[in-house]
This record gives sequence, C-alpha cells and structure tokens, in this order.
Amino acid sequence: MAERAFTADSFYTYLREGKLMAARCAQCGALHLPPRPLCNRCQSLELSWVQLQGKGKLAAYTAIAVAPGFMAAQGYGRDKPYCTGIVELEEGPRISARIAGVDAAQPERIAIGTAVRIVFPGDPKGPGDQQGAAMPVLTFTA
Amino acid sequence: MTLKRARRLSRGVAIVGAGMSKFGAFKEKSSRDLFVEAFAEMKGSVDKGLDAAEIESLYIGNFSSDLFEGQGHLAPIIADWLGLLPRPATRVEDACASSGVALRMGILAIASGLYDVVLAGGVEKMSNLPTERVTDTLAMASDALYEIPAGLTFPGIFAIMATAHMQRYGTQPEHFMRIAVKNHQNGALNPKAQLGSTIQQVMQSRVARAKERGQPAPPWRDEMDFLHDAQANPVVAWPMRLFDCSPISDGAACVLLAAADVASRFTDKPVHIIGSGQGSGPALHTSDELTSLSAAKVAARQAYEMAGVTPKDIKIAEVHDCFTIAEVVASEDLGFFAPGQGGFAAAEGATALHGERPINTSGGLKSKGHPVGASGVAQAIEVWKQMRGEAGARQARKGKVDVALTHNVGGTGGTCVVHIYERR
Ligand SMILES: [Zn+2]
Repeated sequence: MAERAFTADSFYTYLREGKLMAARCAQCGALHLPPRPLCNRCQSLELSWVQLQGKGKLAAYTAIAVAPGFMAAQGYGRDKPYCTGIVELEEGPRISARIAGVDAAQPERIAIGTAVRIVFPGDPKGPGDQQGAAMPVLTFTA
Repeated sequence: MTLKRARRLSRGVAIVGAGMSKFGAFKEKSSRDLFVEAFAEMKGSVDKGLDAAEIESLYIGNFSSDLFEGQGHLAPIIADWLGLLPRPATRVEDACASSGVALRMGILAIASGLYDVVLAGGVEKMSNLPTERVTDTLAMASDALYEIPAGLTFPGIFAIMATAHMQRYGTQPEHFMRIAVKNHQNGALNPKAQLGSTIQQVMQSRVARAKERGQPAPPWRDEMDFLHDAQANPVVAWPMRLFDCSPISDGAACVLLAAADVASRFTDKPVHIIGSGQGSGPALHTSDELTSLSAAKVAARQAYEMAGVTPKDIKIAEVHDCFTIAEVVASEDLGFFAPGQGGFAAAEGATALHGERPINTSGGLKSKGHPVGASGVAQAIEVWKQMRGEAGARQARKGKVDVALTHNVGGTGGTCVVHIYERR
C-alpha cells in the first residue's frame, strides 16, 4: 500500500484516527516530527511513517491569557487561561501542543519535566486550515 | 568556494541620512502617510542637503499591510507618495525583521555596484485592528500548521523560551521586570517613543487618578511592586505580563544609504556599515535549544567576522526586545554575556544607559514602540543618532560611540539580521 503523503493533512488525519505519526528518513535515520516530505538533514525524499508512543515530558510551557481568535471563541482568555507548551517525546523529537491536566490559573506551579501523554482526539475545535476545516489540536495531559 | 570564506562587501556603504515618524497609534494616518513623515525628517537630516532625484532605488520593509490595512503591493505606492516614481521599489517581508532585511538589501544593492544612493526603510500600521486580530496576524509569523493549532501566540512562544530560560539558568521574573523598567526609562528620554513615560510615572499617574476618584490608594511602594500587581500588570502569556510586551504600534522609519566613495556629497559625518549578517532558524519546537535563537547566533557571527570586531568592541546595541525575555536571549546570542547571564546582568544595571554595556538606549521596541515592519531601520536610526552625538538626553558614553550593533528578529527567530556600524 502506498504511503500517505508526508503532509500536515496526513498528520492531522492520523491524529483523528488516534495515531501520533512521525516521518523517518531511510537514508540518514533522522526522525521528523512534524513530518516532512524532504529530510532537512540530508535532502533525501525517502521517508516512511513511524508511529510514536505519545509519551514524553514537558520541556517548557506557558499559560496564555490573551488568546488568539479561535481560542477566544471557545471562552479562553483572561478569566480562563490555558496551558500550551513544548513536549519532548520519548523517541526524541519535540512538538508544540496544548497541555491538559495542569492548572493554567497557577502557572508558577506547573513543573518543567512533568511526564505527559497524548490524549485523543484532542480538542476538535482548532483553527480552520486553508480549506476551512478545523484541524484537531494536538493535546497532551499531565 | 565554501561557505567558510570570510564575507566582505566589495564596496563600502554608509548611512548619510535618517528619519522616522513618531511611533504610536494614529487613527487618521495610513502607512504611506507615516512613511512620508519619516522621509521628510530623513531629508532634513542630510547635512549637505539631498536632491531626492539622486535616490536610485527603494527597499521597504513591511510585514502585513495586507491584513492590517487591506493593502498589498505597498512599495510602489510609497515610491509614488514620495515622488520617486518610476524608480524600482521593492517590498521586503521577513515578519518583524522586514526592515532590518530591507536595510541589508539596500546595502547589498550598493555593494554590488549597481547603485550609489538607495533608500531603505520600513513601515507598519497596526492599530486599525482590535487586539485579538492583531494577535492572530502576528501569530502568522510562526508556523500556521504546527504552532498556531496548539493555541500558541507570539507572546506565547517567547513565554515558552522564558520558562525554559528560568528552569535552565535560574532567571527570575524580576529580571524581566528590570528590563521593562530600564527600557521605559530610556524611552522617556526619546521624543519619538510611543510609551514615553517611566514605569514610575505610569504608577504615579494611576495613584493620582485613584485619589481624584476618591478610591483607596493603591498599595504599591515602588515600580517593582507595581509590576508584581496582577491587576496593574496582568499576565499575557505567563511569565510575560503586559509590561513585558512591546505595544501595538504605527510608525515608519527610513535611512539614506550611500556608497562610501560618494558619502561626502551628503555629509562629513557618515555612519559606516562594517558588518552585515543574516540567518534563518526553525520553529522553536524543532530548535536544538529553547533558550537561544540559532539564526541570531549565525547572523552575529557573520557580522562580527565581516567587521573584524568582537562583542567587547560594541559600545552600544539596539536589540530586538519584542518581549523582555527576547532582550535577555539577544544579549547572550550576541556574546555580550555568557548563556544564562543576560537576565542577571540586566538586573544589575549593566545594560542601563550609563551602564558598562548600554542596550536599547532608544527605549527599545518595548517603550519606543514596535510597528513591526519599521523596527529594524528604527534601530539603525538610534545608532546613527548615538554615533553622531545627537541623542540628546539619552546620549550614551558622552557621545563617544565608535562601534555599535543592531539585532533585528523576524517572528520567533525564523529570521535574524545583525548590522555593525562605525564612526571614523
Ligand atoms: Zn535524512
């Protein structure tokens, strides 16, 4: 069976199916998250999909009180901040994600290094992509 | 030929005139009006006078007049409004580094031998949109497929660098607050600044207002107390609070560049550009380090090598403090302080106007304002004034600034451009 294209569309389609997928370069072995169609280390176009476990730790974070439009539309803002951060996965790559299971109203108590795991399907109300369909939000929980 | 070859300009280039609009929120002005203001001041700054017909080409930095004003294809409109048709006019877009890169394009155009006299500038008119849509527009300078869906905003990404920096090096929120205090102090001495008050003055005016209204006096003992108050200084993206963020701004800036061999036609006090570097970097989550911008380190190395100077030689620097954490990171990426020491050094006063290493004597983006497409060239204008001894009340080093640097970042580190200047 042909591989799905190494696009954001495929990444988010996999996420809707309950899979966190990265791309592995056949030539140099680099593991790419987000996936990409060309290895930016060796320029190879030979990649394959790899499923990640979805476990990692919080590498850094913030609690956002001035929200972008699509978050504000869901009631997030000064009175209801939310946590977002960078997760370092056990397989190595890092990715930006929403962080659930922490108290965004007390951000000084959130600890870098906290173990987190992916939750599916994540928040379905992400920003619209270029076709106007909402992307699911990659979400991890403490 | 390898990338390791020392890069030199094949022809010297100097700034021979500089001007900027006031920075602020100007409902009635569009970007072309702001640019005309900057241009008029620049013309007046040319010591021996400028016949505008001598300008051969324009490079205009602008992030998003499309979204901010509903106006694309801005450069030829500006050329028209300046009376400079039919000269080539090119818009340069690298987010908040747009005009730093426009400056570099102008330098390269002269160094190539094609032109002798070029106008480099930038403009942004941001205040038409409500804050939420400004937030969305600025966020477009990050990764729309993998950062924005996570709910990240522009301050949010810098805030992530801040928590990483705090965890790794022990940097404190108070360090960020000290930088805000310092930049407001400098900005209060800059008549072009948008937020032209010290934080002390902001605090005092709020105390006075409470008194006028018969409300209980706020409990702040000093400006740090004020900055710790979550009502007075609310969180935007923790640990970045309102006073850690540059404002939403309208403004324009431009410099007149001339080949060094014709600079004396315009002035006997040119500011020579001796180093220029530019780098590109990844989204923060794929960066090797969360506490540094790789593009800034690359740009700095190129500029230092070209100029033949080291960080120790830099007398003053204007760095890209879109958020206070960004000034900490910049001061480390540029080699002024060891990694992790930037916040501590600033809190100890090392970067104050009369400290050992003045940074952001203009007030920085934080206080002067940050019309994103104009900021890079506005930094060069501060250096021009300081190096010519024309910075007035905020003059650093008693007017003896022989070597200076500017550092302009696009987005969250996708672009960085560094320039080094010399007064001979
Ligand atoms: Zn590879």
